[in-house]
Amino acid sequence: MSLLIVLEKLSKSFGQFTAVDGIDLAVPKGEVLGFLGPNGAGKSTTMKMISGFLEPSSGSARVAGFDIAQSPVEVKRRIGYMPEGAPSYGEMTAATFLSFVAEIRGFRGAEKNRRIDETVDRVRLAEVFHQPIDTLSKGFKRRVGLAQAMLHDPEVLILDEPTDGLDPNQKHHVRGLIKEMARDKAIIISTHILEEVEAVCSRAVIIAQGRLLADGTPEELLARDPHHQALVITPVSGSEDQVRAALAAMGQIEAITGRDHQLRLTGASHKDVSAAIRDKNLQIEELYVERGTLDDVFRQITAPRESAHA
Amino acid sequence: MRNIFIIANREFRAYFSTPVAYVFLVIFLALTSAFAFYIGGFFTRGQADLVSFFSYHPWLYLALIPAISMRLWAEERNSGTIELLLTLPISTTEAVVGKFLAAWAFTGIALALTFPMWITVNVLGIPDNGVILTSYAGSLFMAGAFLAIGSCVSALTKNQVIAFIVAATVCFLFTMSGLDLVLNFFRGWAPEILIETIASFSFLTHFQAVTNGVIDLRDAIFFFSLIAFWLFANVVVVDMKKSA
Repeated sequence: MSLLIVLEKLSKSFGQFTAVDGIDLAVPKGEVLGFLGPNGAGKSTTMKMISGFLEPSSGSARVAGFDIAQSPVEVKRRIGYMPEGAPSYGEMTAATFLSFVAEIRGFRGAEKNRRIDETVDRVRLAEVFHQPIDTLSKGFKRRVGLAQAMLHDPEVLILDEPTDGLDPNQKHHVRGLIKEMARDKAIIISTHILEEVEAVCSRAVIIAQGRLLADGTPEELLARDPHHQALVITPVSGSEDQVRAALAAMGQIEAITGRDHQLRLTGASHKDVSAAIRDKNLQIEELYVERGTLDDVFRQITAPRESAHA
Repeated sequence: MRNIFIIANREFRAYFSTPVAYVFLVIFLALTSAFAFYIGGFFTRGQADLVSFFSYHPWLYLALIPAISMRLWAEERNSGTIELLLTLPISTTEAVVGKFLAAWAFTGIALALTFPMWITVNVLGIPDNGVILTSYAGSLFMAGAFLAIGSCVSALTKNQVIAFIVAATVCFLFTMSGLDLVLNFFRGWAPEILIETIASFSFLTHFQAVTNGVIDLRDAIFFFSLIAFWLFANVVVVDMKKSA
């Protein structure tokens, strides 16, 4: 596995304010890395440094072997970057805009047209190809931004909130695109939508206050939820006490606030509990294993005070 | 070089993508002619030359050129497209020069469209067309210097109005520095060499030399080096904002 993105102690401060505080990170080919974090956590600033828009205050970023400070143009050749909000020149049409980007990326003549046609096809832009970008809907504008980043088939894609503001169908389509491209690229996306991480990312990091607080596959992050693998049991109405008494010995029982009758059992295995239910003939409506939610993990890791026990 | 051309081409088309360019051209042509005929006394002078036309160019440029240059960088910063531009595989210098050339070409078109003045004076008399040609060249170079100042100022802000006002002020100082109004302020106490230095920075002095038909290499060098200096400053400003 070749590492396409390597960050070492990457930091950025604006005056007194430290936006990114010593991030170390390595992203190999084939990985879709999700940047998770509250607003103002330093996700976008980190992306801007990798893409060469901001210079790091200290530390280094290397993309495909090139240092961003020493050979910025070489790095920029190998990156496709979609800034937050996918800005583009509103007065241009998608056609003229993509043609401009293609030319700057060094494509000419037939090769240029082939690249543009192919990309327009992939992001489904054909129907508005000749309209000024200003007149397009948010979804189409986002697709223009995506097309611009994908046009030269870069080794590294940096997408800042690629699905923000899209409707569910569009989101699904963009996620599909990202997954499709993942095989031979290293992709970093930032998002606050946690389900998105589960849907497209092979790995996720949680960033808050400029620091990297957690790093792992979505599954590993889920495992940090205290309720991960807990059992949720819904007794048949009237048999709550009986169920409670029977299971009390097997683990920690707590009531789930807001949901009547449901019990959460931690520290017991699914197998033992279902055996117990069968043997003792307990009347239950439902039994399932909780996966935990990334939302909970996220809150637990990034909430200022509660992070101590994480 | 190719990248400069691609950037300039995009930028140049951007001027014409809105009615602003056409409005500007009409205003430019109306004002240059109005000044030449009514204030400069093109007819009453009774001379077959375009001095009455060219001598108001520095003053017109003062108001009109910052209007062309103000959007160059401020608009990109305001709309966020600067992030796109500066993450494309080009150097900052290429972006700066490309944008400048587009604005300069646009000004060149505005200037070229004043050709009816030249036809008029040729119909009415027998002017020295060599002088007129050098005057046009001088006017274009002066416009370039104004534009370079404006472009650099535009990179400092995301507000086009601020870019306009600051650029106009800086240009005003450069224009005025040859006049007694400014020089008298220094005459009482400053050494002669300083006064001469200040006066030598005046657009007016250099431009008047050119419009008199004297092609002095020093005037050309003056405008060229001024353009080079301000574009260099422009690159520095753009790069500084990256590391801010």
